[in-house]
Amino acid sequence: MLRILKLIVLVPVLAALSLMLGTGDVFAAGRAEPWQMWFQPAATPVMERILEFHNLLLIIEVSIVVFVLAIMCYIIFRFNAKSNPVPSKTTHNTLLEVIWTGVPLFILIIIAIPSLKLLYYADKVQDAEMTLKVTGNQWYWNYSYPDHGGFAFDSIIVPNAELKKGQPRLLTVDNPVVLPARTNIRLLLTSADVIHNWAVPAFGVKLDTVGGRINETWVNINKEGDYYGMCSELCGVNHAFMPIHVKAVSKADFAIWVKKAKKDFADVEVPAAAKLAQADAPAVAR
Amino acid sequence: MANETTVAEAAPAKAHGNGHENGHGHHPTGWRRWLFSTNHKDIGTMYIVLSLVAALVGGAMSFLIRLELAEPGIQYNLFWLDNEAAYLQFYNVLVTGHGFIMVFFVVMPAMIGGFGNWFVPLLIGAPDMAFPRMNNISFWLLAASLVLLLIAAFTQGGPGTGWTVYPPLSNAEFHPGAAVDLGILSLHLAGASSVLGAVNFITTIFNMRAPGLVIHRMPLFVWAILVTAFLLLLAIPVLAGALTMLLTDRNFGTAFFDAARGGDPVLWQQLFWFFGHPEVYIIIIPAFGIISQVISTFSKKPIFGYLGMAYAMVFIGFVGFIVWAHHLYTSGLDVDTRAYFVSATLIIAVPTGIKIFSWLATMWGGSIDFRTPMLFACGFIFLFVMGGVTGVALANAGMDIAFHDTYFVVAHFHYVMAIAAVFAMFAGFYYWIGKMSGRQYPRVLARVHFWMFFIGVNVVFFPQHFLGMAGMPRRIPDYPDAYAGWNYVSSVGSYLTTASTLLFFYIIWRTLRSGEKVAANQWGEGATTLEWTVDSPAPFHTHEDLPDMREKQPAE
Ligand SMILES: [Cu+2]
Repeated sequence: MLRILKLIVLVPVLAALSLMLGTGDVFAAGRAEPWQMWFQPAATPVMERILEFHNLLLIIEVSIVVFVLAIMCYIIFRFNAKSNPVPSKTTHNTLLEVIWTGVPLFILIIIAIPSLKLLYYADKVQDAEMTLKVTGNQWYWNYSYPDHGGFAFDSIIVPNAELKKGQPRLLTVDNPVVLPARTNIRLLLTSADVIHNWAVPAFGVKLDTVGGRINETWVNINKEGDYYGMCSELCGVNHAFMPIHVKAVSKADFAIWVKKAKKDFADVEVPAAAKLAQADAPAVAR
Repeated sequence: MANETTVAEAAPAKAHGNGHENGHGHHPTGWRRWLFSTNHKDIGTMYIVLSLVAALVGGAMSFLIRLELAEPGIQYNLFWLDNEAAYLQFYNVLVTGHGFIMVFFVVMPAMIGGFGNWFVPLLIGAPDMAFPRMNNISFWLLAASLVLLLIAAFTQGGPGTGWTVYPPLSNAEFHPGAAVDLGILSLHLAGASSVLGAVNFITTIFNMRAPGLVIHRMPLFVWAILVTAFLLLLAIPVLAGALTMLLTDRNFGTAFFDAARGGDPVLWQQLFWFFGHPEVYIIIIPAFGIISQVISTFSKKPIFGYLGMAYAMVFIGFVGFIVWAHHLYTSGLDVDTRAYFVSATLIIAVPTGIKIFSWLATMWGGSIDFRTPMLFACGFIFLFVMGGVTGVALANAGMDIAFHDTYFVVAHFHYVMAIAAVFAMFAGFYYWIGKMSGRQYPRVLARVHFWMFFIGVNVVFFPQHFLGMAGMPRRIPDYPDAYAGWNYVSSVGSYLTTASTLLFFYIIWRTLRSGEKVAANQWGEGATTLEWTVDSPAPFHTHEDLPDMREKQPAE
């Protein structure tokens, strides 16, 4: 009960604060903050454009809701049985009907043009500098680097009991996937079993991994840092426990990491079967 | 019979109604009356009872989901399951069952089977449905289907596939055991029930209208059920085909959805959503019909732009069949395909806008009684607009990347069709319970129910927009700690919603037990449709002599 009371006070205050502080860089990039009410800050050009487009849409959405609410309030105030004892008999007004068909159509066209532009922009990249292959597995990700000698490794959740200080619960993995910043990277996604979905909110990337298919998308990460995501297609009992951790580093650091990774993961031969047994045990600990 | 043909005038004498019943004095009583029923009112009542029972189960499931999500971590100590993997599967079964039950066994039976059966014949001046025995089979198939689904939930871990049942997760390798098979059979029965019901409604509405009640004078609820019946007739067979393919994939070695053997898992998604998108209109279009009746009645005005309203529903139904792949924006479809589905999906905003504005215009200039059904109708408009604008956002494939499979989508569809539909069901319940039971609901409690429910669902679902934007995926039993705040708020909302639901069941009990008797037309001058010309409760047989509508104004 006390908690509820606290909430009644806290929620509006926090909400007002977070709105006042705006949507900029107050949140640490890469993952959600407590009481977050907005998108995570954009880390790729696609996400930047998504945010831009969403700002336009939000204005339209809020105006429509406010407009309808205002009319309803006026109706409730003006046309209740006390204020208006005799109902009118109007049932048609052609001009009005044409307007409320035409104006929404016009608004939709305003929405559709930037929407389709964004869609085509986000689809594929023409001049990729490197490729990352992502394979979904129950319940971990396998990453391979075909342009860097084809080494591969699995990325498995770290159970709560083994988390080190500062590592976020349910988002930390044993081997984060390392990518160079400011580089056009083609992502090729597939699955070894059921459908999963590789999603990193800060990148504006979310695409199914489907067995027997290769889906393609791309990223160009603005800034070095840690970016997190979660599997976004129901894939069985441990669906909540196959996080994505992308470590974006400079190109120079990436080259160093590749050298080391080639040695570290030399004996990891896309080990789906071997790792399955390990992942079969529910990955979480409370 | 003269007074039964008179629209919106004094009620026929009580004795008159009884006379009818006595004329058919040998109608069955006891369990035979229900099991063998061919009476549209009795069958409608059974549908409503089934819906109420299912609502308890489906509502309890959503309550358990919110309990699990109230705090970070796995709360399986709430349950009898002590094995974590079994509990995680059970959570997925809850998510699956909640979806199935609410769609197939709560909303559809209440609106189509319940209110549709009860009021389509009354509203068009027909003595009963066209095929009364088929009507009986429709109901009992659905009852059997519900039993099968509940058995499935407790068989070998249950189906943890989500209501979308995507293979490969739903195939024999990843869901061995009979749970998914039982679920498929359950859906087959529910589908057969729906198709039979649809055929019955179409035939009834086309052939059994009172003289003079031409199609362009039918009440909008009848229009809504007609459009819905066509959607069912065209969508369910596609689902049935897909289910059968999945069943043979699982049991007889076919490979329709198995990529390794030349099949395609995305084919399932195409087929499922070719059914699934019309399905959401199957849920919301009857709601449109109820809301139109209620708003017109309590504004004491005919519906504004009647033809526009009727054909907006027809258009929504038609467009509903050509937008399905907006559920597949992240499945890896070709970009031109997505561009088409963006454009087609956006178009839906036009007819739905027409509906919203026409309701507002109907209220404009009215002399509005804000009784409980009208409160729910106003709540419906608010929820539908809220969910509508987020729907316009989600239609854009480019931006849907950010929203797909997050709680933003959960908030969107609960606003626009799930909770909105429930508001329409409550509006219909309070509007027609006097006609069905002959008794007045407790007015003050009903208002309390409205406000509790309205505040409750908004507290549940509004914060889910924030969770979705911040990136929280759907269908997970545990989440990163950053999402704890709004999840807790959402769960608090569900406690209020649950309490309001219990209050609703108390209101039903109070109404039936001690509600005062109501007159044939309890709503006065605004209630102009034919159901208000027969006694309350409506006698066992009504409209045996067809009311003559040739001289009347359009029954809007
Ligand atoms: Cu997954």
